[in-house]
Amino acid sequence: MALSGLDIYKQLPKTNCKKCGFPTCLAFAMALAGKKTSLDKCPDVTAAAKQLLESASLPPMATITIGAGEKKAEVGGETVLFRHEKTFYHPTAIAVSISDNEQNLSVKIERIKKLNFERVGIMVGINLIAIKNDSNDLLKFSAVAKEVSQKLQLPLILISENPQAIEEVLKNISQLKPLIYCATEKNAEQMFGITKKYNVPLCVYGKNIEETASLSQKAISSGIKDIVLDCGSRDVAKCIRDFTQIRRLALKKNFRPFGFPMIAFADNIADASTYITKYANILVVRMDSVEEILPLITLRLNIYTDPQKPIMMEPKLYEIGKPDAQSPLLVTTNFSLTYFTVAPEIENSKISSWLLVCEAEGMSVLTAWAADKFNAEIIDVWMKKTDVAGKVSHKKIIIPGYVSVLSGKLEDTTGWQVLVGPKEASGIPKYLKAVWK
Amino acid sequence: MEPAIEKWSGKVYELTIGATKESGGSRSKKVKIGGMSALPFLSFEGTIPNPPVIAMEVWDVEPPDWTDVLKNEYGNVLNDPAQWAKKCEQMGCDLICLRLESVNPDGKNTSAADAAKTVKNVLSATTLPLLIIGCGNSEKDSSIITEISEAAKGENCLLGIATKENYKTYAAAALSGGHSVIAETPLDINLEKQLNILMSDMGFSPERIVIHPTTGGLGYGFEYCYSIIERTRLAALSGDKMMSQPIITFVGQETWKTKECQADETDMPAWGSLKERGILWEITTSVGYIQSGCDIIVVNHPKTVKEMKNYINGLMVR
Repeated sequence: MALSGLDIYKQLPKTNCKKCGFPTCLAFAMALAGKKTSLDKCPDVTAAAKQLLESASLPPMATITIGAGEKKAEVGGETVLFRHEKTFYHPTAIAVSISDNEQNLSVKIERIKKLNFERVGIMVGINLIAIKNDSNDLLKFSAVAKEVSQKLQLPLILISENPQAIEEVLKNISQLKPLIYCATEKNAEQMFGITKKYNVPLCVYGKNIEETASLSQKAISSGIKDIVLDCGSRDVAKCIRDFTQIRRLALKKNFRPFGFPMIAFADNIADASTYITKYANILVVRMDSVEEILPLITLRLNIYTDPQKPIMMEPKLYEIGKPDAQSPLLVTTNFSLTYFTVAPEIENSKISSWLLVCEAEGMSVLTAWAADKFNAEIIDVWMKKTDVAGKVSHKKIIIPGYVSVLSGKLEDTTGWQVLVGPKEASGIPKYLKAVWK
Repeated sequence: MEPAIEKWSGKVYELTIGATKESGGSRSKKVKIGGMSALPFLSFEGTIPNPPVIAMEVWDVEPPDWTDVLKNEYGNVLNDPAQWAKKCEQMGCDLICLRLESVNPDGKNTSAADAAKTVKNVLSATTLPLLIIGCGNSEKDSSIITEISEAAKGENCLLGIATKENYKTYAAAALSGGHSVIAETPLDINLEKQLNILMSDMGFSPERIVIHPTTGGLGYGFEYCYSIIERTRLAALSGDKMMSQPIITFVGQETWKTKECQADETDMPAWGSLKERGILWEITTSVGYIQSGCDIIVVNHPKTVKEMKNYINGLMVR
């Protein structure tokens, strides 16, 4: 959280020497608070004040990168507690865990390869693999980490409290920048040393949030910048409270030890869903079946959608099912919610159809019509752009019931027969079944 | 390190659904919702007297579009609302949500008297408190609601779904039968507040309203509703009395019609087991809405009920 002009002023020499180009230290402080000048213009600021002011200008929650290359995961960097206040920036990175005792590693790897899906035109999936050193065997841990990272090409979280085990893996793959999990009260000094030697991100684990804060502070003091927080609890009720505390302290109180992403662990879908809504930046799950991961990924996609932008569909001719030249043609606007209300209802009708989505600045049907962004001319333009005449042979178009007033003009403009559909999308299945025989 | 505690000035209205013998009804228990002065499960900064509750849907006609994954759970009770309600009670839900689909003019178009008879049958078959909703056709629903309210008089039900078109009829009917009302607005926090104001202006107590902000299915507009619910709850805690009502979402209705819960494994091999998929979708959606501040979720699958009851019990532990 940014400091106020007065907070900054208290740290300045208060000599009004004008060397910074401002008439007084207070004026300089105000300009600093407004980010209109920089601290290096003051030649007399003390080192302590400089450090304090610089840390105050850091973002309230650091953004940490795990992994390297194309599939690296960025986590953290959040600035609000509720998505409607602005937006959430970096979707919770989901990690599937693998034990280095896994009996059939190649089968497990093949299962994990399937955890990617197409959704609204983009590929979404899991982001990380967490490898657990259950075997206590250093070489085995290292071999599994290497194999998994080669075969899955995803960044790793290395789970072991044994610094030797972590270092054994890092000797081979430190350039892949895995997240080290974890530094505890017991092994902190060694883990800090390894983290700095190999320049990788580190998770600190405290038994409770106080211990986590103290370890995080130690890591910061030892010069580590890429920190992830584990506040110890595995109980979902306690985690919600702790995560909320940590997020609030970071964003609202600028409490530096908590200005980092948080990690959560879940064994079931309800807990995992909870952590996606309430503040986990990294989520490690044991689940590895597609039917479990699919809803989690969808929830994450929804929660991390930017509420400031209406999500628009690409205006084009969509195929619902497997339509042919005789299939019905329906038209609507490119507001995503409109599309996602209409398309499933067409699917429910079990009649393959064409859905023409016109550019209407992301407005719903009635709003777009009222704003003159969804009229006969616009529909005609999009019919031509998408070559509907080349795709359907019947020359009939179904318009939303709310804009039945368009039918005359649309018939004149296009020469097509206009059918007035139901007002609500929920009426589509019944309508299509009755009209399209 | 000082803990970061928010000092809220307001709280959510507490609403009781169902009337026991002592209060003039025939339910075995009352279900209380709302009443909290903190965000969901943040008991360190306020009181949370009541957990979110789970309702299961009972239709008065066999649902034509339900998937086999759901139908198989109910066996042969789907054409007998009384038996169906009994079955739901055994499945462990807190409330029965009776959906009077048969009155739909696009379907069976049955009369108010027929629907009232169903209500009475269901009331005698189950001892759980009741939510009673119409078919979704605003005009038809308002034409039957007075008779429905009368049939359930004294049972302190939650009647739905009132919209800006028919709220007057609903409020009057609920008032005379001693019930509460679900008020629905289309995904708009301002319209939501406005409808509550309109209803209180005509003398209906704002403490007897439950907000339905519209339910978006997971992947199908969920995030809009999620944020409206969060904003509504924050407004309540900040003292806005016209946004301090408990909130309901119809999770089952929006879950089971999605492609993700219907497409079989030959069509969508990449989506895994069809049998598990819908349940997991319903659980994830329920969790999301509960975390945003929802007080009643209406679901369809018995496994969702079981999992959600466990989950909520765990969260209510201080």
